[in-house]
Amino acid sequence: MNDRTETTLDGYWTPPTALTLVALRNGLRAMIIGRRLDRQASNLAKQGYLTVYPSSLGQEACQVAAAQALGPDDWLFPTYRDSVAMFTHRIDPVKVLTMLRGDWHCGFDPKAHRCAPHSTPLATHCAHAVGLAMASVKKGEKRVAMALCGDGATSEGDFHEALNIAAVFKAPVVFFVQHNGYAISTPSRRQFRAKSLADKAIGYGIRGEKVDGNDFVATISVLRDAVEHARNGFGPVLVEARTYRVSPHTNADDPDRYRNRSEAEPWLEHDPIARLTEYLTAQGRLARDTLRDIEDAAEELAADLRRRVMIPPEADPARLFAHVYADPPPHLQEQRIAVLSEEYVA
Amino acid sequence: MNAGADIATTTVTMVDALNLALRDSMTEDENVVVFGEDVGVLGGVFRVTSGLTETFGKDRCFDMPIAEAGIMGVAIGMTALGLRPVVEMQFDAFGYPAMEQMFSHLAKLRNRTEGRWPVPIVVRVPYGGGIGAVEHHSDSSEAYFAQTPGLKVYTPATVGDAYTLLREAIAQDDPVIFFEPKRLYWEKAELPVPEAAEAVPGRAVIRREGEDATLITYGPSLSVCLAAAKAAAAEGYDVGVIDLRSVVPFDEGTAADALARTGRGIVVHESAGYCGVGAEITARLTELCFDILEAPIQRVTGRDIPYPPPHLEHHHLPSVSRILDALADIL
Ligand SMILES: Cc1ncc(C[n+]2csc(CCOP(=O)(O)OP(=O)(O)O)c2C)c(N)n1
Ligand SMILES: [Mg+2]
Repeated sequence: MNDRTETTLDGYWTPPTALTLVALRNGLRAMIIGRRLDRQASNLAKQGYLTVYPSSLGQEACQVAAAQALGPDDWLFPTYRDSVAMFTHRIDPVKVLTMLRGDWHCGFDPKAHRCAPHSTPLATHCAHAVGLAMASVKKGEKRVAMALCGDGATSEGDFHEALNIAAVFKAPVVFFVQHNGYAISTPSRRQFRAKSLADKAIGYGIRGEKVDGNDFVATISVLRDAVEHARNGFGPVLVEARTYRVSPHTNADDPDRYRNRSEAEPWLEHDPIARLTEYLTAQGRLARDTLRDIEDAAEELAADLRRRVMIPPEADPARLFAHVYADPPPHLQEQRIAVLSEEYVA
Repeated sequence: MNAGADIATTTVTMVDALNLALRDSMTEDENVVVFGEDVGVLGGVFRVTSGLTETFGKDRCFDMPIAEAGIMGVAIGMTALGLRPVVEMQFDAFGYPAMEQMFSHLAKLRNRTEGRWPVPIVVRVPYGGGIGAVEHHSDSSEAYFAQTPGLKVYTPATVGDAYTLLREAIAQDDPVIFFEPKRLYWEKAELPVPEAAEAVPGRAVIRREGEDATLITYGPSLSVCLAAAKAAAAEGYDVGVIDLRSVVPFDEGTAADALARTGRGIVVHESAGYCGVGAEITARLTELCFDILEAPIQRVTGRDIPYPPPHLEHHHLPSVSRILDALADIL
């Protein structure tokens, strides 16, 4: 393994690129579309077409900035909460939702899309991102891996181990924590004592950044800097975005048991989509037609998602056995035959 | 269920029965503490710990940071000063980060210290499938724990047993991995139910008498076995059902006595068959009953595959028709 612990690169790296107007408009477009698809997915869950859906309502700036900060060879390591980041990463929404729809665990080709399957066991995928980043260095590539997780997941040992290993190897990883205030019912003040999660970076000897996660401009700036910092050999970055989980944990959760509704109000006033829309409009950079076009496009995509998810998925039992092993042991071959013949009886 | 409700006449769910068991144990012994993820104000994602913080205070039932290994390790440390922790793993598969603590310490501490440091901990684990949940929410991992010397493994299949077994698990000094079949959480029964009074942990119970064949099962598969026995009766076969109630200890006597009458047995469980609990039961009963068996003991289990997604899980789980097929092979 290339040893970066001895490299001379140290300190901070801030790329000299400024955000363009196009980047901001792309951000707005992806946030509006993302929110619309997220709402559609929540509805599909209520109607039983998805088994469950964890919404990222209110976290669109984080979701979109995470995907848009990445370069064409970079990888995303998302959680169950990050479907909108995956839509923005250009994966077909139906394929993103496959796991939640329940016809298979992952609906897309991770390697083709440079995106790991959603990770549900908290923080366990953070080390996968580190491993990919270390492999990229070994192969002389310039890829960056971005691992997404929530505030609650930072309490897991796996989170700590991943950050420490990444720090030791100066692996090109960005750990992006969406601090949305809750882990199911547990508020983040009962999760950690640190004033800021970004402060934890100091302990690992890496760069840490804290950003207003409801401010798209700030969030994408920080994430782009972090990605280029990592890419250019300065080591991993921990980014904490402060935001708020406006929705229940999932459609199956009842937040009235553990928080006051009024708590959301200040966050709703700082809605990321409204803020960017207002900013661009005030700058005279967003024509009303443009906004309407984006909203129309979002409606169309939502209708398409709804139509395609409502088609009953094919449930072929042969899939159960197709990829358990590259070279299945005999007892599995027997079970496969039994399951397939059972189908004919039934 | 509300604290102080009249239990003699109350219809309760398995969730209520477990909640009541925790309440009664906490009332009886102030060393019993309950903690885990979202068990406080939320009352657990399945509401098993509902209201405990309210009734007993934050130092008896509290939320932990999301750190299963840490939760387990902390529980072990607490036992040195006489606490009796009951910890909740939110779902079966989310307890995996705690396995090192369970295998290296929970299971071994009594042995390492020659009995000087017992670890009376109950690890409550909602387990099993059949609820249409996405991946990592339907695992059955009892065999890993049953393979680990030092751990007991309980699993109730009825509302009454949920109460009795949990009470006993908390009261005894061995660490117990307490598997709660989550698809039975909303089953209802009158408490106290007759079998609750009889339930002796480590003692299997005959749920249905039968002269032609014996189904041996536990936890979420009991109801499937009872349905299969009923279906078999319609075809003229008298099939009995035994509920083991605990995998460790395994009450081989009750099972062997039943086999002595029928000569034919099938072990049924949801977890994988390969190197599974059924393999041990089958081997043990074959050793004990070889001379009287009329046919090899069969196993109907989950397939040897990662737990499938919701749309395909029915192909994986033991079903009435799979049990009837196995019966047809031996009758
Ligand atoms: C190892 C592990 N333990 C427990 C869970 C159950 N669980 C699912 S989501 C969640 C809360 C996570 O909160 P956070 O990391 O803040 O992410 P958010 O849901 O807020 O996006 C918990 C405890 C899990 N998925 N994995
Ligand atoms: Mg959170």
